[in-house]
Amino acid sequence: MPEGIQGIVADWSSDQRAFKNVPWGKAMMWIFLLSDTFIFSSFLISYMTVRMSTTDPWPNPSEVFALVLFGKKIPLILIAIMTFVLISSSGTMAMAVNFGYRKDRVKTFFLLLVTAALGATFVGMQAFEWTKLIVDEGIRPWGNPLGAAQFGSTFFMITGFHGTHVSIGVIFLIIVAIKVIRGDLDHERPGFMTGRKGKYEIVEIMGLYWHFVDLVWVFIFAVFYLW
Amino acid sequence: MAHAEAQQHQIVAHVEGQQHPIGIYLKIWGLLFVLSTASYLVDYFHFQGYLRWFLIILFMLLKAGLIVAVFMHMLWERLAMVYAILVPTLLLMVLLGIGALEADYTFLTRGVFFLKGLF
Repeated sequence: MPEGIQGIVADWSSDQRAFKNVPWGKAMMWIFLLSDTFIFSSFLISYMTVRMSTTDPWPNPSEVFALVLFGKKIPLILIAIMTFVLISSSGTMAMAVNFGYRKDRVKTFFLLLVTAALGATFVGMQAFEWTKLIVDEGIRPWGNPLGAAQFGSTFFMITGFHGTHVSIGVIFLIIVAIKVIRGDLDHERPGFMTGRKGKYEIVEIMGLYWHFVDLVWVFIFAVFYLW
Repeated sequence: MAHAEAQQHQIVAHVEGQQHPIGIYLKIWGLLFVLSTASYLVDYFHFQGYLRWFLIILFMLLKAGLIVAVFMHMLWERLAMVYAILVPTLLLMVLLGIGALEADYTFLTRGVFFLKGLF
């Protein structure tokens, strides 16, 4: 197959499929992720716009998200731990995909479970963070005692949407893990609501979604918490 | 004919799995840890101004690049696929620019409006 720009022209003008070497489901997951990128970008760009245009002082995220650990106040520590948890889950996910293609059923299953557990931990920490902000600090989507009202609305919108993605991902991971350990993919059994044969590529497709959730967090961490 | 088709099918099936040594994932994982620690330290040491912005954006883009390129296997996909996903994403820079312009203008008019109240 031709490479480079010629390859692009050849692929797009070819019969049947434009995305060579990419299973149908994987191409569709990428296109879904592209649309999701636009959703999250709209949120983050709106956040930038309201933050730049407000005349009220913006609450300092470094202090708002600080925790008292071992009698010392450490800035932003909760968010840092959440970041490491999510990155670790991305690492185990990548390895699950790898073992999946090696048809190592048990290792794939355990790595998927670890990924799901880390994802659930992340959501748990987020629930703790929300509780702290709502109950202790009195932050609401329409206002807060620390400064600009836009802080609450953008915070709950963006982290809420991301947390929803993580929660859905955890459910998705558990479903894929069950399929793997039951041997559905080894025996090419069709899945629920589809006649298509089960293959290990679904682990990679699941992985794309999971890495995307991590990717979005990279941007949220940088522009919301570190700004 | 049937044989040739079967053979071709086999080749396609062989090519479609992304198969790489496990070490590369561990290395990228480690690198992501280092970069995350670095971006946390930017806040911890209270870097301000352009230095803060430069470092935050740099670490953010490096992390995003590593995740997309290696964990999501973009590095090994054909260009037709890579461009279909990355080029539309770049268009978001236009929205970013519009948002920044709009925000500056709103800030200016708010400033003028609130100042008027003072005098």
